[in-house]
Amino acid sequence: MEIPKSFLGYKRENGRAGTRNHVIILPVDDISNACAEAVANNIKGTIALPHSYGRLQFGADLELHFRTMIGTGKNPNVAAVIVIGIEPKWTKRIVDEIAKTGKPVEGFHIERTGDIGTIMKASKKAQEFSQWASEKQREECPLSDLWISVKCGESDTTSGLASNPTVGNLMEKLEPFGVHLCFGETSELTGAETVCAERGANPEAKEKFMKTWSAYNDFILKEATDDLSESQPTAGNIAGGLTTIEEKAFGNFQKIGNLKFIDVLEPAEEPKKGKGLYFMDTSSAAAECVTLQAAGGFNIHLFPTGQGNIIGNPIEPVVKLTANPLTAKLMKEHVDCDVSKILSREMNLSQAGDELIKTMLKVANGRLTCAEALGHREFVMTKLYRSA
Amino acid sequence: MSHPDLIIHDEKDNVGVVVIETTKKGQECSAWIMENDKTVKVNSNGEVPLGHKIALKDLNEGDTILKYGHDIGKVVKSIKKGDHVHVHNVKTKKW
Repeated sequence: MEIPKSFLGYKRENGRAGTRNHVIILPVDDISNACAEAVANNIKGTIALPHSYGRLQFGADLELHFRTMIGTGKNPNVAAVIVIGIEPKWTKRIVDEIAKTGKPVEGFHIERTGDIGTIMKASKKAQEFSQWASEKQREECPLSDLWISVKCGESDTTSGLASNPTVGNLMEKLEPFGVHLCFGETSELTGAETVCAERGANPEAKEKFMKTWSAYNDFILKEATDDLSESQPTAGNIAGGLTTIEEKAFGNFQKIGNLKFIDVLEPAEEPKKGKGLYFMDTSSAAAECVTLQAAGGFNIHLFPTGQGNIIGNPIEPVVKLTANPLTAKLMKEHVDCDVSKILSREMNLSQAGDELIKTMLKVANGRLTCAEALGHREFVMTKLYRSA
Repeated sequence: MSHPDLIIHDEKDNVGVVVIETTKKGQECSAWIMENDKTVKVNSNGEVPLGHKIALKDLNEGDTILKYGHDIGKVVKSIKKGDHVHVHNVKTKKW
């Protein structure tokens, strides 16, 4: 198949391009959710991104919170941002960083005004942003404007056999076009960690990967009870035939094809070494991982599933594929790309990779994903430790 | 290319994955090896559902299960060729 050289995206002020054109109402903290949701309810064409944290966090955990908030606002799938927090200082810090992209952003704080006054002020600005953003048109953008993140979920053995290798095939085909790529799921590489480290493109990347994996593994060993059997692999994984974390890891690892990763990113960190594949240190929980990758600036996500994970994200479209024929049949409304014919050998890996490229480009051009049509907007902060 | 009953990732693997809805007891399964495109036969000793693994040889306690050509865990209860291989007879070497 000849791969199209471009897609239709929204060009942003900082030179990036979006596959979506969202106006988001971003609460800084849990207690500002009500206000943010009221604004989104008032003004059509906006979405609120409620979440559970943002108070009394400190140190690396607080930095991650800020990085996630700021990165979400900066993501090119977002046209404009209203930030609402309880107090002005943290609100301003987020607004100022998002403003560096050149996109419209305005902050509001609730203290000394109350919810109702804040909702009124923020709604007026949100209406202005929503109508402004609605004038934006899709334009032809080079394929290199795609920043593609990947993560699998509710995996089973069909993931390692077919749907993850399909993603790997897409990566191999699209890397030469200069796209950014990102995989994560630190804990789920356990058992394949040394094989994965060898895929570092340079000694620094290899070393950084092993350091990151070891830190996560030490943490898991420290917190683990005597049995992790329902967490890694999950009950769903086991039902699907996956027996051990090692088996899951080698399946997971198929998503990067034969590529090498050029750098290791902190959770929600934006890549800075140009085109190519990055590893991001993330949890393997679907919503947390995709939220972090979206905050890292990725504008389209590929999600292979075995038993049928249903996750979506509010700003980054999540394209789902499965090779499990039962999932494709029983959960059809969640499957954007069915590659189950690989198992019956009616389709080979390269054909499946082509199908996935076609599906992904349709979504990049504006087609709603299954998760978007079904209203999945999972926005989940990663918390590193207890708050003060 | 006929529809395989099992797929094996790597020639070195000692397990294959069921890719039909379920195997039947005593069923002769054709297992396609992805790495070299060869097909081997193995009889299923029970009903094994889609996505689950079947042993391609006899395995003893302490043996290593190989899939993708890599170590994916250890045998904790002896396994006969054709048996269902899962959490009841295999455990992780990690965690």
